[in-house]
Amino acid sequence: MSDAPDPSSRPTLPRGVRLKHDALRGEWVLLAPERLLKLDTVAVEILQRCTGEATFDAVVDDLVRVFAAPRERIAADVGTMLSGLAAKRLLDWR
Amino acid sequence: MNAPAPPVGLLAELTHRCPLGCPYCSNPLELEGREAEMSTEEWRRTFTEAAALGVMQVHLSGGEPAARRDLVDLVAHCAAAGLYTNLITSGIGLTAERIAALSAAGLDHVQLSIQDSDEESADRIAGYRGAAARKREVAAEVVRAGLPLTVNAVIHRANIGRAGALLEQAIAWGARRVEIAHAQYYGWARRNRAALMPSRAEAIRAIAEIEALKAAHAGTIVVDHVIPDYHATYPKACMGGWGRRLINVTPTGRVLPCHAAETIPGLDVWSVREHGLGEVWASSPAFVAFRGTDWMVEPCRSCSRKGVDFGGCRCQALALTGDARNADPVCHLSPFHGQVDAVVLAETGSVVPDYAYRSLRLKD
Repeated sequence: MSDAPDPSSRPTLPRGVRLKHDALRGEWVLLAPERLLKLDTVAVEILQRCTGEATFDAVVDDLVRVFAAPRERIAADVGTMLSGLAAKRLLDWR
Repeated sequence: MNAPAPPVGLLAELTHRCPLGCPYCSNPLELEGREAEMSTEEWRRTFTEAAALGVMQVHLSGGEPAARRDLVDLVAHCAAAGLYTNLITSGIGLTAERIAALSAAGLDHVQLSIQDSDEESADRIAGYRGAAARKREVAAEVVRAGLPLTVNAVIHRANIGRAGALLEQAIAWGARRVEIAHAQYYGWARRNRAALMPSRAEAIRAIAEIEALKAAHAGTIVVDHVIPDYHATYPKACMGGWGRRLINVTPTGRVLPCHAAETIPGLDVWSVREHGLGEVWASSPAFVAFRGTDWMVEPCRSCSRKGVDFGGCRCQALALTGDARNADPVCHLSPFHGQVDAVVLAETGSVVPDYAYRSLRLKD
């Protein structure tokens, strides 16, 4: 994919987009302007690391420790997900 | 019947008061005055109950919500309850200080309406001189406060030739998201339909223009494009299905499955002044009436899309067919679909009537 993230840029959830654990339904959601996305556990692990502090590379490195999968595979999946959110203006790169 | 799944969103019409007079306003024709509105304490209790019930997003709307002096207080209350709080505003009544206070109180998002990219036309549509210039300042102040901004524009006969310019104005103002919504003919828009409805050719041209700009600006701005349902093939799933996801609370505390539901005669609407919100959601006759699919008649009853669009809009079915249980006649499968074409043809003539501006004075 041509729009793979710059490894040194830092993904962050902009103001108006936030992660929330919905205790009533027992699930995580991403709340955004006029939107509400249900998240699976992998997406939650990724987005919890998008703090604006860690670089894309650091996020991937950290996830490699959590998930038993090759680094290239994780980098590709995380890149695809974050690029998709950025295209919807639900994620910014710093 | 099993308990319904909890709602996810609540639209709070804090007031019907508004300095603007937009002829397509979604408020009912009979508007409530200040003295009938719920108190701060009643709204606080409503939001607390909403959060407990499972609501995650609250949309503070009106009228103009900034007409409420307790707006900052209510935002702080919603934020403390963990609710994602969205302010739907005309911008009139929002000073820089007030925007900063709302931001500090925990407001998550601002949706600002605009009427046209041509300021003179915009002021004429709003029935308020200087509104467009003021909105431009409010947008800048919202962005300066660090709040995410959505610009919302209703498209109709007077501005449809500038639909693309409206979208580009939203980008220039720093919005991350823009809603381009073709007028929906309920409430005041129903009354002003002949003054508002564009021709089919104009609508098709505007839809193509917006879709092209949407693709061109992908990644810069998110475009939510609500196409005019009079020209659609299938109806929209109004409110995501009746009593399925959303709650609407009027300024006086009446709890509706959609903002236009009170146009349906015989609907027994409960109020948060007399019932808990959870009780209303589960048991109020107005919510039960069209929840699920058991109430449907043909062609919806045997339709494979009945769980997709839920038969469309009850209020539109009533308005155009005389029975709220019928399929929304914008559906090409509806036996009343011809009514829609007849309305479009009859109301897009060369003589454009004056607007009946939205006004509080109509209520006895």
